[in-house]
Amino acid sequence: MNYFELLGVPEHMELDLTVLSRHYLELQRRFHPDQFGNASERDRRQSVQQAAMINDAFQTLKHPMSRAEYLLEQRGVELKHEQQSFQDTHFLMQQMELREQLAEIAAAPEQTEALQQQLEQELSQQQQHLRSELSAAIAKQTAEADALAAATLRKLKFFDKLQQELEFIEQQRQD
Amino acid sequence: MALLQIAEPGQSSAPHQHKLAAGIDLGTTNSLVASVRSGEAQILTRDDGPVMVPSAVRYGQEQLVEVGQKALDAAVFDAENTILSVKRFMGRGYQEISQQAEALPYKLVDQSGLLAIGTRQGVKNPVEVSAEILKQLHVTAEQALGGELTGVVITVPAYFDDAQRQATKDAARLAGLNVLRLLNEPTAAALAYGLDSKQEGVIAVYDLGGGTFDISILRLQKGVFEVLATGGNSALGGDDLDQTIVGWLLQQTGETEQSSQGLREYKLLARRLKEKLTEHDHVDFVLPLQEGEHRGQLDRATFEQLIQPLVRKTLTACKATVRDAGLTVDDILEIVMVGGSTRVPRVRQAVAELFGKEPLTSINPDQVVALGAAIQANVLVGNKSEQDTLLLDVIPLSLGLETMGGLVEKIIPRNTVIPVAKAQEFTTFKDGQTAMAIHVLQGERELVADNRSLARFELHDIPPMPAGGAHIRVTFQVDADGLLHVTAQEKSSGVSASIEVKPSYGLTDEQIMTMITGSMAHAKEDMHARMLQEQRVEAERVLEAVDAALAADGHLLQDEERSAIDASLLRLRASKDSADVEQIKAAIEAVNISTDQFAALRMDHSIRTALKGHKVNEV
Repeated sequence: MNYFELLGVPEHMELDLTVLSRHYLELQRRFHPDQFGNASERDRRQSVQQAAMINDAFQTLKHPMSRAEYLLEQRGVELKHEQQSFQDTHFLMQQMELREQLAEIAAAPEQTEALQQQLEQELSQQQQHLRSELSAAIAKQTAEADALAAATLRKLKFFDKLQQELEFIEQQRQD
Repeated sequence: MALLQIAEPGQSSAPHQHKLAAGIDLGTTNSLVASVRSGEAQILTRDDGPVMVPSAVRYGQEQLVEVGQKALDAAVFDAENTILSVKRFMGRGYQEISQQAEALPYKLVDQSGLLAIGTRQGVKNPVEVSAEILKQLHVTAEQALGGELTGVVITVPAYFDDAQRQATKDAARLAGLNVLRLLNEPTAAALAYGLDSKQEGVIAVYDLGGGTFDISILRLQKGVFEVLATGGNSALGGDDLDQTIVGWLLQQTGETEQSSQGLREYKLLARRLKEKLTEHDHVDFVLPLQEGEHRGQLDRATFEQLIQPLVRKTLTACKATVRDAGLTVDDILEIVMVGGSTRVPRVRQAVAELFGKEPLTSINPDQVVALGAAIQANVLVGNKSEQDTLLLDVIPLSLGLETMGGLVEKIIPRNTVIPVAKAQEFTTFKDGQTAMAIHVLQGERELVADNRSLARFELHDIPPMPAGGAHIRVTFQVDADGLLHVTAQEKSSGVSASIEVKPSYGLTDEQIMTMITGSMAHAKEDMHARMLQEQRVEAERVLEAVDAALAADGHLLQDEERSAIDASLLRLRASKDSADVEQIKAAIEAVNISTDQFAALRMDHSIRTALKGHKVNEV
């Protein structure tokens, strides 16, 4: 039983998060270890495992990136994000430029507010673009499209990391 | 921390019978016990005694152990043997505590890395001291309720790490209590407010207790309490407010060198001044000195100036935790105030300023946690047929593993909803390697040295293979109480590697058994009686569960499987009343083995159909 079946949602990138969350809570109401307070040892252990699985399923499907990763894994697509090197030189150049901007911000967070806003905007635009590309590729359900989706997912991870670092700098500036 | 922790079974589990359950707030300064009676959570007292039991334990002459007010009163003249605020020592190492700046009036003892205290009745560790407080509450509850407790919910600060939670559970075990659940204090407080006033939305719980500060962000909706984030400081509380006054008093009197007895006088006066300043603008005081006395006055403005750095620390933690929850302060609908120190007007004012609204204070801030725990205990013990609350909790600190170069690799990030299980694969370095060590840490920092060591696991019995040949899958599971359990398996051979757990700041199972044995007058007989009782209760539970399962889904079984189960049930029924603990244990195990597949089948079936609107019987 895969996570989509478990949570009673269609195996798609586009999910109704309200339904997902409602189903998740319905399942936890029944399988959470708190419901097994008077059960035997074995049943209690089992309920901890089930509840952990339900939690993992929900967390995986809740976020678009982990959902995409899970979907692709279900289709047998190997996602060795770390090892595989990028052929896309345009993307790599772009990443280097963005990294330089980030370093500039990190060095002087107080003086680079305009740059921060600009970078933030650029990141969110790029992410949006890649996300729709990812959804479209996954929807095609062909081996070729899946490979493209995997590559797009890897790119998204780079952007995700950049954004996290930017947010971290902003938080520190605010404190 | 133990592998596959075996919780103590409660007493009888006959269905449709009102079971006695209690909620316990095991606090730094005071402890309380509460229970739901006629549908309402109430604080329990003994012979109309005080509502709050001071968390003070005195080891007196002739093996006398005093708990509560009497012990607190004795603290002035018998400081060395009277332990206050023991909660601060739970799950802590000797090094950690002995290096603290604050001078403690105790003989600190290094009990193989753990902190313990030398008293006239011998060396006592924090688990034993806490167990004395719990025993007292246990008696109070059973007297007030007129029967044996089936189980209790004990609250802990949300910020407590694994070692501190485990120590709390160990103390309960030592006190003969069946712990249904360790509940985060702020969650308990929200439960008390949530059920009373049906709040919906995001709320913050600001809990400034005696020794700890917690801030939790919870989402409440349709009976679901979801902890979004927790933060705080496990070494900041009302005691620290008192401490700032002590510092000020010392300045005023010019005294420096203090005997432990004198220091206690200062502390008690500081607490009184703090409490009085809640109502008054200034308070006059007289402090007896080594020679003569000191008369003085403390006004509120000075007091507020003294505590401002501490208040600011709590606000910083509030901001960080709100951010962790992915929210801003404007998203917070209500703020619940918990802990006696939230009576300090400056604290209330600062919180109101930060969140832009007045905090909730309608339930007594000293009692709200115990009341919430009582409500949850009543639910968990099964007194409510309609289960309408679901408590989803998160792990307060990240769990990680030591990797090359003294770095930490996070495996379960903080604020992950529990229970959670994560598997990690390890391989061998050398040809024929049969053992491996894993170091588990808890904390947010990158270096091993900056995090708290939880435990070291040694894997043995790995089948000898060429280097890199063995793939050991180690599963880290955090249960609903926030406690870690570890299992390991070699993948290619399927061999379960045995794990030896060395908790960094905890007691091993053997040590606890020794403590339990040591605490009983007729140790051997009592121990045997207790273990027998536990096994009988477990036997009843197993029989009841399997009977219900067979009645509901017996048709799923093949004849052969069915007859194997029936045979094992028959043996368990025959042996459950015997006086042989091992025999009952073995019979339970046999039933478990014969029904393992059936149970897994039913669980699977039940999960598959849970969302399909089918009528599925309870697992």
